[in-house]
Amino acid sequence: MADLLAGAPESTGSGGARGRLGRYLAGKFGGGLLSLFLVAVLGFFLFRVMPGDPARTMTRGAPVSEEQLVALRARFGLDQPLWKQFLDFLGNLLRGDLGTSYTYSRPVGDLILERLGPTLLLVGTSTVLAVVLGLWIGTRAAWRHGSAFDKGSTSVALTLWSVPTFWLGLIVLMVFGVGAGPIPGLFPVGGISSPDVPDGLVPQVLDVAHHLVLPSLTMVAVVYAQYLMIMRSSLLEEMGADYLTTARAKGLREDLVRRRHAVPNALLPTVTLIFLHLGLVVAGAITVETVFSWPGLGLLTFEALRVPDLPLLQGVFIVLAGSVIVMNVLADVLYRVLDPRVRES
Amino acid sequence: MGRKLAVLWAVLLAGLAFPASVPASAQDGGKQGAKLRVGLQQQFDSLNPFLGYTLASTEVFRLVYPTLTTYSQDDFTPIPELAERWDTSADKLTWTFHIRPGVTWSDGRPVTAKDAAYTFNRMMSDPAASTANGNFVENFETVTAPDDATLVVKTRTPQATMLAIDAPIVPEHVWSKVADVSSFTNDQMPIVSSGPFVPVEYEAERYLTLRANEKFWRGAPKVAELQFVNFKNSDAAVQALRKGEVDVVQKLTPAQFDALKGEPDITQVKGQGRRFYEMILNPGAANSTGARIGTGHQALTDVRVRRAIDMAIDRKALVERVLGGYGQVGGGYLPPIFSDYHWTPPHPRPFDIAAANRALDEAGYARGADGTRRTPQGEPLNFDFVLHGDESSDAQVGEFVKRWLSELGIAVELQPVSDNQLNDRTVAGDFDMVISGWSANPDPDYVLRLQTCGARPSPEGGGNTDSYLCDAQYDAAYTRQLNEFDPAARVAAVNQAQERFYDQAAGLILFYQNSLEAYRSDRFSGFAMQPKGEGVITGQQGYWGYYGAQPTELAIKDASGSDYRTAALLLGGVVVLVGVVVVLIVFRRRKTADNRE
Repeated sequence: MADLLAGAPESTGSGGARGRLGRYLAGKFGGGLLSLFLVAVLGFFLFRVMPGDPARTMTRGAPVSEEQLVALRARFGLDQPLWKQFLDFLGNLLRGDLGTSYTYSRPVGDLILERLGPTLLLVGTSTVLAVVLGLWIGTRAAWRHGSAFDKGSTSVALTLWSVPTFWLGLIVLMVFGVGAGPIPGLFPVGGISSPDVPDGLVPQVLDVAHHLVLPSLTMVAVVYAQYLMIMRSSLLEEMGADYLTTARAKGLREDLVRRRHAVPNALLPTVTLIFLHLGLVVAGAITVETVFSWPGLGLLTFEALRVPDLPLLQGVFIVLAGSVIVMNVLADVLYRVLDPRVRES
Repeated sequence: MGRKLAVLWAVLLAGLAFPASVPASAQDGGKQGAKLRVGLQQQFDSLNPFLGYTLASTEVFRLVYPTLTTYSQDDFTPIPELAERWDTSADKLTWTFHIRPGVTWSDGRPVTAKDAAYTFNRMMSDPAASTANGNFVENFETVTAPDDATLVVKTRTPQATMLAIDAPIVPEHVWSKVADVSSFTNDQMPIVSSGPFVPVEYEAERYLTLRANEKFWRGAPKVAELQFVNFKNSDAAVQALRKGEVDVVQKLTPAQFDALKGEPDITQVKGQGRRFYEMILNPGAANSTGARIGTGHQALTDVRVRRAIDMAIDRKALVERVLGGYGQVGGGYLPPIFSDYHWTPPHPRPFDIAAANRALDEAGYARGADGTRRTPQGEPLNFDFVLHGDESSDAQVGEFVKRWLSELGIAVELQPVSDNQLNDRTVAGDFDMVISGWSANPDPDYVLRLQTCGARPSPEGGGNTDSYLCDAQYDAAYTRQLNEFDPAARVAAVNQAQERFYDQAAGLILFYQNSLEAYRSDRFSGFAMQPKGEGVITGQQGYWGYYGAQPTELAIKDASGSDYRTAALLLGGVVVLVGVVVVLIVFRRRKTADNRE
């Protein structure tokens, strides 16, 4: 998965260490740029081959005359030949202009920027929580592997992982949002904020945090298992290693052996994974955002798909794919920084 | 790491358990914060009245911008609104509207005929401004305002729909500064308004808050604020109603509607819907030059086959099973909510499989060895049936129809596709049977026109046909109604068109779905339903529903104190306590571990 989109071949040249680093970075960034370009091309053509006349899609159900359809097509440049549209699209993209949304009649870039904040908040909070929770439980499970704790926590995590997000979200919403039996409805059932919160930073932050609980709870429940499993397996691999025996032989207490020696080494693959996930998680937020009416990118995508709003879909696609590529490159670079062995090879 | 983690956790727990929805009680006097909150399942595509066309947006425009006439709450007849009265010239080409004096915009300026003239002229001259409502001005020759109180509209041909000009009128002094309508979002609050409400706060995809317009010419609304809250998930909207986070929800599914039965403080509204749900049998699609297009089956060009298929469809079963009983059996083209124009077939084709089989036998479509009927030319009757892939009602209707037609010796292949593909195939004529449906307006002209020859696509595309019916008798009735100014005679012409449409059986109206809503009756009453009787609160052709809403003592007294907040505080406290205990334990364990070292 890691190199699925970053099509850059690993640089295998020899030479000085500094030259190697330069080439390595150039290769990674160059590959990233190439991938971004391919994504843009793919984004353009992918959404053109989708069936349907956009002008009709925009107006289905609304009373329009044929002249209006013509005017609409002209306004969105749909009357131009495909190659012309493509060149315009590339030119605009280089200037950071992602086009105009059919449904909102507004620049796609503005729409995406507006929704990026809520998504980053949701995804960020959930990822931090999921990573902390996953790594913590994963470490403990591996250290006492085979124990009841190991079996219990692993099966709980895997069960939650395999539950459909939409369904889990609805259950969470009904139980903790509306209340079930003795549990009162503690949290809001949707949205990112209440409209009638008094001005002032503290009440508003608390209000958003209050709204954040259920969606992030749902996301954490679904994704933490991945971190748990990775951490657990990579720590298990380390556990037989000689340096741990050495550390124990030095008389270090078990706790320190784990925290100072085993965990840092086991963290290596996990860090890469986290970065890769950060790119993908935005897309993964679509269901959660839909269930909880969270006004983020996922919801925007969902709405754009329903219409379908081609420029908006295209823009979201480029931003999402771009974030995966950027994270991929960052992960590669970071891995090299963290693990001396990559530098050697 | 453990210690930091524990602290983090404690902070988080403490922060999150805090019930933050601090009540906004009685903040601005007036009606003391009696706020009507409506759960919305659709986004505002634009607050610009020249661009926005989703139901959510048009509903807001009706609350904010004046129209020349509006539809009465009782029965959808056009009644005076901004235009107090009107005269027409003898040739019916010149309409003079007399503008109501004393109506003002929310910024204090008067609403005049010049605003109306400006609005219509902009729609006629600026393509972007005709996006949403351009059809209303298509037949306009000139629009002028000789003085502030008089608006003169000259049309090219006589037009019976002149009292149904449902286009919002905007203030000239604001909009004349807008150079490019297509990129103007109109979300600068407050929006200059002249309707019963003034938009004052807007967060895209979250909510839109409107304040009662104290200067509204009909008198101020009874609620202080009206708020539309966006939900992307109808289940969440229903739960929000249960919990009291919103007061009105709309577009409920039958299951959601049933689930609210017997809930205290919640009243269900089973209103008649504006939509007809239709199954089209391709009668031989052709473009505007008469050239055949598409892949329609030869047998369906035979009206006897189409009528036989109609007889094999049990509409009652569809209403019972697909709609859960929340709908009316289809017949005439226009739904019963528009009682003036709704027409019921006097001699409806009965649901009778045996009779349908006899009719096909007589028409010469004999069964082959495999049981499937064949055309006289020997082509088997295998029909594709194109459905909306993401609508469960389509899937269910498809299964029923497939089973019924198999009893006629007709094989049906269900083809669920995306909305887009369905539209595409409809426009190209690439279907034998396809699901369609439209929301009708109080004025029937628009949906009636969909079935005329003129609506068929031109060779370059375009056009706006529904069933590809092209029938001289139908078109004659259609044209008669458009040029008929006597209401009774117009009804007669509309009924003739519907009768012919039913007779040709190209579009089978299967049912009219109810519009299901619910509201908090502990907080509000007095919603003005449109039409009277089995009407609806939301999505009206007018502003009556929200305008008439009457807050109860409870809604006035507290915009705040639902019981759950106390419970939330209590439980929040418990969570914090547990958090603290956990923190303590973690610290203790750390400490003892350190001691052990």
